[in-house]
Amino acid sequence: MSEKNLMQKIADSNKSVISGVDDLDIELWIKIYFLGREYRVPAGLTIMQALEYAGYFLTRSCGCRAGFCGACSTVYRIKGEYKLQFAMACQAEAMDGMYLVQLPFAPAEKRVYSLDHEEYSANTLLKYYPEIARCLSCNTCTKSCPQGIEVMDYINAALRGDYKQVAELSFDCIQCGLCAIRCPADIVHYNVAQLARRLYGKYGMPQVKNLNERATEIEEGVYQGEFDHLVALSNDELKKLYVEQQKNKEVY
Amino acid sequence: MAELELINGYPESMRKSIKNVEKTRTWRIKNIPQPMSMEERKELLDLCHPDFAPGGKRRIKIGVSKGIYASNEVADILESYPLINQKDIELNRIDYDVDVLIIGGGLAGTSAALLANDRGVPADKILLTNKLRHGDSNSVMAQGGTQAADRKEDSPAIHFLDALGGGHFTNKKDVLRTLCEEGPLAIRWLCDLGAMFDREEDGSFVELSGGGTSRRRMHAARDYTGLEELRVLRDEFRSRNIPYLEFYPVVELLKYRERVAGAVLWGLETHEYKIVRAKSTVLATGGFGRLHIRGFPTTNHYGACADGLVLAYRVGAKLIDMDTVQYHPTGAAYPQQIVGQLITEKVRGKGAQPVNVDGEAFVFPLEPRDVEAAAIIKECYIKEKGVRTPTGMRGVWLDTPLIDRLHGKGTTEKMFPAMIRQFSRFGIDMTRDPILIFPTLHYQNGGVETDSEAKTNIEGLFVAGEVSGGVHGKNRLMGNSTLDCLVFGRRAGISSAEYSREVSPAETLTLDHLDSYVNELREEGIEPDRFSPVLLPDYRGKAVLSRQIDIPFQDFTLHHQESGKR
Repeated sequence: MSEKNLMQKIADSNKSVISGVDDLDIELWIKIYFLGREYRVPAGLTIMQALEYAGYFLTRSCGCRAGFCGACSTVYRIKGEYKLQFAMACQAEAMDGMYLVQLPFAPAEKRVYSLDHEEYSANTLLKYYPEIARCLSCNTCTKSCPQGIEVMDYINAALRGDYKQVAELSFDCIQCGLCAIRCPADIVHYNVAQLARRLYGKYGMPQVKNLNERATEIEEGVYQGEFDHLVALSNDELKKLYVEQQKNKEVY
Repeated sequence: MAELELINGYPESMRKSIKNVEKTRTWRIKNIPQPMSMEERKELLDLCHPDFAPGGKRRIKIGVSKGIYASNEVADILESYPLINQKDIELNRIDYDVDVLIIGGGLAGTSAALLANDRGVPADKILLTNKLRHGDSNSVMAQGGTQAADRKEDSPAIHFLDALGGGHFTNKKDVLRTLCEEGPLAIRWLCDLGAMFDREEDGSFVELSGGGTSRRRMHAARDYTGLEELRVLRDEFRSRNIPYLEFYPVVELLKYRERVAGAVLWGLETHEYKIVRAKSTVLATGGFGRLHIRGFPTTNHYGACADGLVLAYRVGAKLIDMDTVQYHPTGAAYPQQIVGQLITEKVRGKGAQPVNVDGEAFVFPLEPRDVEAAAIIKECYIKEKGVRTPTGMRGVWLDTPLIDRLHGKGTTEKMFPAMIRQFSRFGIDMTRDPILIFPTLHYQNGGVETDSEAKTNIEGLFVAGEVSGGVHGKNRLMGNSTLDCLVFGRRAGISSAEYSREVSPAETLTLDHLDSYVNELREEGIEPDRFSPVLLPDYRGKAVLSRQIDIPFQDFTLHHQESGKR
């Protein structure tokens, strides 16, 4: 096989992922309903890909396309079912009979604070986000989280001032805003969690001694001599050092 | 595909191969393939790394770095005509007049804003503009970690040598030195702002190995490392009330004499332009994954279209190392819905091995990325030992169940919650079954040439993060990209603050540099049928596109009103 063929083969197998879907490649079709209008789309696409197939050039409700940025919050019902469901459009397969809409933005108030001047006490979260006291314990936030986070539990922890628990329970939050949109008590959960995590990270987690020592050494210029020596070496000399260093790899 | 019967997420054909993987698992724990020698690495790269396979790159025909090699897709957008025309734009009606303009709100841009502010630029004299939302970036997708040599067994100099070897000794040494030396400072800064890095029982950092590192120095936050770093910085940014714009990509930089002095923004939704006059401009626009170099899928953000390269090149900034592309060895190859998405290197750092269709481990799991990727391509397309998916893709297994085997049940769930979610959404349990992977387009190794203070050859223009080039040479190591964003984002903030103090505001703003650029294009005989910056890729279905037409109903209303006035 020539090398050109090798690259061509790889490109061919990726074709459907990198350019628009071609009808000729599709065997199975489904129907979805975007903003109430019916679209016939190939089976097996994500919701986001299905919308693009249908002709939408996305500038809202799209971002990383890999489940990390929280831009593509989607609300849907399957035709004939009562249950309202939630997903990230880039991480969920479009299903037959899906009635969907996207929520590209959540109007939410983020309070302004300076970590250096905050007390690491139970009151701080309530000071900035007093509305957490309005929580009705209805658990709607948890049910609407596409990440499967125990949102209500961390709001309860926030009320108790249990920073560690808020931080750990909320850690996988991608701040998509679905919880805040659904909350009958108007809480903006993800902003509460953000403040709690930062306070926990700064005041609740132990200082790392070796980090601080190393940083001080660097600031004092301890490594300057070694670096001056290294950058002056020829590539051949550096290669020798590199090979030697790789022999003494730490076991991982 | 919906017809195909799946057993816990996989079709029968793939299940057969999984049995082979299970059979050899215990034996493989103790029998890991040896790392390659330097000679073996070179031979493998020459054989089947996409950078070395012919036909993928060409010399750039125009501009200040004319003659250097770049991927065809990059050369195409550099050899393209501007989206705007000077005569349509009122350049001296200024909408935003600032000291520091930052283009791009990922880790690099957000860091730059905070440091510029720390160094005396008032919040209201900073503007951060984003093509999509603040934080929409490759940064938030970084999973594996950030390198910083802070352990006793390690040192910034050891980090330096690792990165230099990984980059095949092509890195700009003074820039790399800064990266490694300031790593621990960047981590300390994040901790002070409240970032939560993974900790051991005793409170010290969990630190892992990455491909090509000789010490454990990867700082992670589960597999949401970049997200955690970014959301902490963004929260700090917003708490300082620094102004920012969203859905306003930059379509050209502006100049005053020989220096960059601002930019033209274009409202992605409302289509009006805005003029920014700035004493300093920081370019932090990220990379080029969405150009799909050589037809590869990508791990990258929707907006990663190399806009920054075009903008900088048109004002005369030099490019470097544009001839290499980083393919991440482990992109998802199945299921089809997540093809190309990142499977973090940390998975191999915790002991998962690449395994072929017959259940054989064929490569040391932590070679530098280009070497590891080439080994996987060779296994699939030359040795024909890959696994085929129902849609015709090939890949090899990444034996993820090994992680819990080696470190105890629950380790995967604790360390890789994002990835567990990603696969469980499609019925796959990665703690029980391996996952299928194939190299995916991941990173722009080169970029706008930078120095150790984030300066370019053009006055007033600073760069940081993936858009910049030089620090990683021709291949970046894992955990050095978020570090690059942090270290040089901070440096760009400092340098831009200093520069803003030195210069007075531009007296006039021009796009004259476009005229000479367009002249060069014409002289080379390049037809005006390609335009850049690209801004966003187009994935619309071919059937709809073939029937789309533009109806100028807005123009009609406008003409109607105008004739009425007459």
